[in-house]
Amino acid sequence: MKTTIKTIAVSAVAATALMGASSAMAEGERYVLVSHAPDSDSWWNTIKNGLALAGEQMDVTVEYRNPPTGDLADMARIIEQAAASAPNGIITTLADPDVLSGPIRAAVESGIDVIIINSGTPDAARELGALMYVGQPEYDAGFAAGQRAAGDGISSFLCVNHYISSPSSTERCQGFADGLGVDLGNQMIDSGQDPSEIQNRVTAYLNSNPDTDAVLTLGPTSADPTILALEQIGLAGDIYFGTFDLGGDIVNAIRDGVIQWGIDQQPFLQAYLPVIVMTNYHRYGVLPGNNINSGPGFVTADALDLVAELAGEYR
Amino acid sequence: MSSMGVAVDERIKETSKLRKALIRPELGAIVGTIAVFSFFIIFAGDSGMFNAQGVLNWSTVSAQFMIIAVGACMLMIAGEFDLSVGSMIGFAGMSIALISVTLQWPVWIAILLTFVLCTAVGALNGIIVVRTGLPSFIVTLAFLFILRGFTIFFPQLIERRTIIGGISERAEGDWLAPLFGGKIGGGFFNWLADMELIGVFTRGTRMGEPIVNGIPMLIVWALGLMVVAHIVLTRTQFGNWIFAAGGDAQAARYVGVPVNRVKIQMFMFTAFCACVFATCQVMEFGSAGADRGLLKEFEAIIAVVIGGALLTGGYGSVIGAALGALIFGVVQQGLFFAGVESSLFRVFLGVILLFAVILNTYIRRIITGER
Repeated sequence: MKTTIKTIAVSAVAATALMGASSAMAEGERYVLVSHAPDSDSWWNTIKNGLALAGEQMDVTVEYRNPPTGDLADMARIIEQAAASAPNGIITTLADPDVLSGPIRAAVESGIDVIIINSGTPDAARELGALMYVGQPEYDAGFAAGQRAAGDGISSFLCVNHYISSPSSTERCQGFADGLGVDLGNQMIDSGQDPSEIQNRVTAYLNSNPDTDAVLTLGPTSADPTILALEQIGLAGDIYFGTFDLGGDIVNAIRDGVIQWGIDQQPFLQAYLPVIVMTNYHRYGVLPGNNINSGPGFVTADALDLVAELAGEYR
Repeated sequence: MSSMGVAVDERIKETSKLRKALIRPELGAIVGTIAVFSFFIIFAGDSGMFNAQGVLNWSTVSAQFMIIAVGACMLMIAGEFDLSVGSMIGFAGMSIALISVTLQWPVWIAILLTFVLCTAVGALNGIIVVRTGLPSFIVTLAFLFILRGFTIFFPQLIERRTIIGGISERAEGDWLAPLFGGKIGGGFFNWLADMELIGVFTRGTRMGEPIVNGIPMLIVWALGLMVVAHIVLTRTQFGNWIFAAGGDAQAARYVGVPVNRVKIQMFMFTAFCACVFATCQVMEFGSAGADRGLLKEFEAIIAVVIGGALLTGGYGSVIGAALGALIFGVVQQGLFFAGVESSLFRVFLGVILLFAVILNTYIRRIITGER
């Protein structure tokens, strides 16, 4: 027993030391960003970097929280928890209004300022009493991409959906289909999040549907294995390939002509701007009058150098 | 013969009071609960963790764990596992959503049908395990995938989306829904707010109302299930059967315990608990998602193991499992209030789990006398 107690004491001391290291408290304001992303989604790294940089520049405390498995009911609890700790502001996504609007509204009503980022719409943000919406309207972005592809002569496609449980993912595919002017039908597959599973499913789909004109992926999680799949079956550079979001491999593929364009919703801005906006609002009472569209911006082979340098970090 | 008279029966071994206290399965969990609370009172005492809103937050999360941990605990004492709990939560929620929103049937029918469906799947799990003699680990692992697959497939097929909302509107005025999604004790919290003991909203449509306006039914369910399960386990013949089935199934059969029936019933109870969890979640949030409940089966097992149950069955306590759930919930939410980087939460949880298992092994050695 004695040794057990001793070990508990030692680990408590160690935990305290860790805590001291991680809570470098800045003076003044504290902001919490709550995302819906599971731990496995690397895209959100850019969000974390944007958040950290804004915190540093404005000299405020920033914290990032997410449900480890991407379970949105867990996310609702995290928002409630963040509200209970009485921060100056909460920055959150609105991945499912049914689940999240209750906790968000409660936070707003208890006097905490909220900015909606990434998922959600300007309308939903206004209804909840949030200060503003910063993000890329998903359906519109998909629609714009679809129109662009239609202009390039595309009439059928494969949408590789690696996050099928999120409505915004399906909206992107649906928007793309509508932009093309075709029925989505069975052109969207649930790829899962495992790279080799994604690779094999894309291969299988393209083998059994050889008439497919184009591939659309929804982020690095599905784009990177899709690039490999296309290389293996000899379609890289041959089939029309568009993707949402950027990452190191995507940028290289754009340069190599494998991917025609990436739709950058500039996640950096989605985390960075709310901190800047809220800090200025709390310090000087100034607030922009409109919502901010961080995207869509098409990234093509032109002017790729700066993007390439910072892809996955700030872009 | 002896002049000492009727002394203590020589066949009964004397055990000291301290030793008796030490071999209780809950001991580790009690020590852990005290340690965890002291820890957070010291490091997060003024962070909002112990104001009304904060307490409600970690109590709700703990209650969630508690509901599935009670089922997992009873099943584990009966000597089996259920890895399909997490998938069952997603499945049950989606079933309620599809029946009430897509089919437009009354919510109470949706809830009752879903309970029937889930306990039937639980029974199927149990029947396959006892008939084939396969480890429950494998059988329920299969159901983990089967149920999750259906949960994603059906809404995709029918509605072309994987989150079905609109249940709140359907549940309005329903007689059964408030039993899962409602809150009780509103008057008490209004009184607390009047006494300025808890915070009130400072603006908006609910200005002046207390921020915490009742105890969610989720917490009531958790406590209710815990009390009922504890009484069944420790005060009834059926409780003894559960211990016997998990301890030594063959020996139990020899003395007339219906081991197979007990195990199947425990699988059904676990499924029932998962269904309670799902129904509370769906009624509170008003939507069902295909990825709800991911990894919850392991969280249930972790809570049970922290609570002192043995993975081999035949030993454990519902109170211990409930305390395990409390520790789990408090640690998960508390580390945020203490300002610890969220990625380190798992490290902390792993450390606690390891300590709990080591302590439990130590206790088992005392009981069995093995060296």
